[in-house]
Amino acid sequence: MDIDRTLFEKLAAYDHVVVSWVDDDGYPMQTPAHFTADPGACTVRLAPTGIPLPADREVNLIASHIRARPGTGYDQRRYLTLWGTLVRDGDAAVLRPRRAWGWDEREVPFFEYSERNNEQARRYLAELSKERGEPVKPRLSRFWTVFVATRLPFLTATFVPILLGVAVAAYHGAFSWWLAIVTLVGGAAIHIGLNTANDVFDSLSGADEANVNPTQFSGGSRVIQRGLVSLRQMSAISAGAYAVGIGVGLYLVVDRASVELLAIGIAGMLVSVFYTAPPLRLVHRGLGEIATAVGFGPIMVLGAYVVQTKELSWEAFAASVPVAIFIALILYVNEIPDRAGDAAVGKRTLPVRLPQDAVVRGFGLAALSAFVFVVAAAATGLLPRPTLLVLLAAPMALSVYRGIREHYGDPYALMPSMGRNVALHLVTGLLLFAGYIVAISADKALDSPPGILS
Amino acid sequence: MNWIPTTVDELLRRALVSEMTVVGRRGQPVTHPVLPLWDGQRIYVTSSVLFSRKMEHIKRDPRVSIAITDPEACGGMTARCTVQGDARIFEEDPHETWERVVPLWREKEPAIDLFLGKRFALPLFFERSLIEITPRRAFWWDDGRPEAPPQSAMAPGA
Repeated sequence: MDIDRTLFEKLAAYDHVVVSWVDDDGYPMQTPAHFTADPGACTVRLAPTGIPLPADREVNLIASHIRARPGTGYDQRRYLTLWGTLVRDGDAAVLRPRRAWGWDEREVPFFEYSERNNEQARRYLAELSKERGEPVKPRLSRFWTVFVATRLPFLTATFVPILLGVAVAAYHGAFSWWLAIVTLVGGAAIHIGLNTANDVFDSLSGADEANVNPTQFSGGSRVIQRGLVSLRQMSAISAGAYAVGIGVGLYLVVDRASVELLAIGIAGMLVSVFYTAPPLRLVHRGLGEIATAVGFGPIMVLGAYVVQTKELSWEAFAASVPVAIFIALILYVNEIPDRAGDAAVGKRTLPVRLPQDAVVRGFGLAALSAFVFVVAAAATGLLPRPTLLVLLAAPMALSVYRGIREHYGDPYALMPSMGRNVALHLVTGLLLFAGYIVAISADKALDSPPGILS
Repeated sequence: MNWIPTTVDELLRRALVSEMTVVGRRGQPVTHPVLPLWDGQRIYVTSSVLFSRKMEHIKRDPRVSIAITDPEACGGMTARCTVQGDARIFEEDPHETWERVVPLWREKEPAIDLFLGKRFALPLFFERSLIEITPRRAFWWDDGRPEAPPQSAMAPGA
């Protein structure tokens, strides 16, 4: 096999190598050795060693490096390893390697390196199971398994629009704690159903398997790929969550006797199921952002509003617009590191379809439009003016934009921006909610609140 | 294990990385960088199921060796050594069995507690086998010069 010359250039950066071979007694033998690498000739010349090097058998050279970090451990891990047979050249020995392997965590981050070895882990555990005659599976505590499998932290995407819808209703004089809590439970159940269904369909299509750059924000929960939850179990969780969500939805429809709520509920279910499920597979067609925006924006906000008031409202719809934009931007940014895996299985998301510049610009324009919309809506009286509090999140949006622009091609360097982007949706939603609380409080406390508070 | 020379004992106590060679499927040497843990009697290495090829090799042939050669990984100590030994694998419960060497691991890599606290983020990394190596022969270079013949010592009865 031809070995890339760059490997020899990389090898030259190491101080020494360790030469290993299997000795006559069957034990491996090792000695450190000084060396010079010749990228032109694709050879490694080993200086004479105190332990004679064998020329009659295969040897393995390894050069490795870490940087010691007292108090924590070490970092900067990298190594190169080569196999071949030595040829004597005077006192020295020369290796023209036949095979080589290596890892440098600057080039392949540890998380990716680990993901690339999921198959080896599964194979080893299967062998262990065969040896034992009983299944040997990886484990996590029940709490963490549920936490990871359902992607529980992402439920903020449901809580924000529901709280906002309830706040708009309260501003209009309708509020029930019981109905608010039931709505949150139903919304959370549908969201968990969606998250787990997404993992099921992405596992079936191979999208999650093809993605070796998962982060805590993208690439699915990975519980199926890591053998923590089976496809069948995940499907059962998804069906169970949807059953709870549908049950709660039907209870609310009957309790509130609202046709509008039934229509919103059916629309929400369809968007949720066909987000990844065939035949529509909205996310595969570059419609994931729109589906997410509709589902976690108007449907959730209007749904929560109708539960409280039994009526539709343009104001509730307007309040849902910035929330819809920022939730769509979560998906949009999270798809950036997934784009290679998604493209490999024909999942044509926007970051797969669009060039880098367009994706980055798209984020900037969408975020800007959300803030402009709130200003315009507050100026025209469609939203109460305290909702302008949302502008406090503008620097955060700018920071996410810069992060995406600078780290577009590096999934792990992008992670902090992805985290800030998730927080951006939460913060903007909570600021809108806070705006409504200020407006409600002003209405209650003052006979005639000033314009800035209403 | 009082036959282990002081230099080798000190290197094993300090080393943050070593090169462990196992015998491959075709009888060829296969070397992996590993963190060696030393309790004064035996060398311990833990290996995630993600990187479990070395365990497959050891199960076929338990003869292994460990080289410690990098002063950066040994707190500046320039001496070097190679230890040959016989390996046993403990993996009754890959989730927990290896945890008995966490105190030794913590001494060398205090950040392990931080990683263990985030075990949920990389669960397969913490499904591990424990490799226990009983040394049988040691070679060492007090001055670290590989061009010189090493000193050597053998376990009694080996």
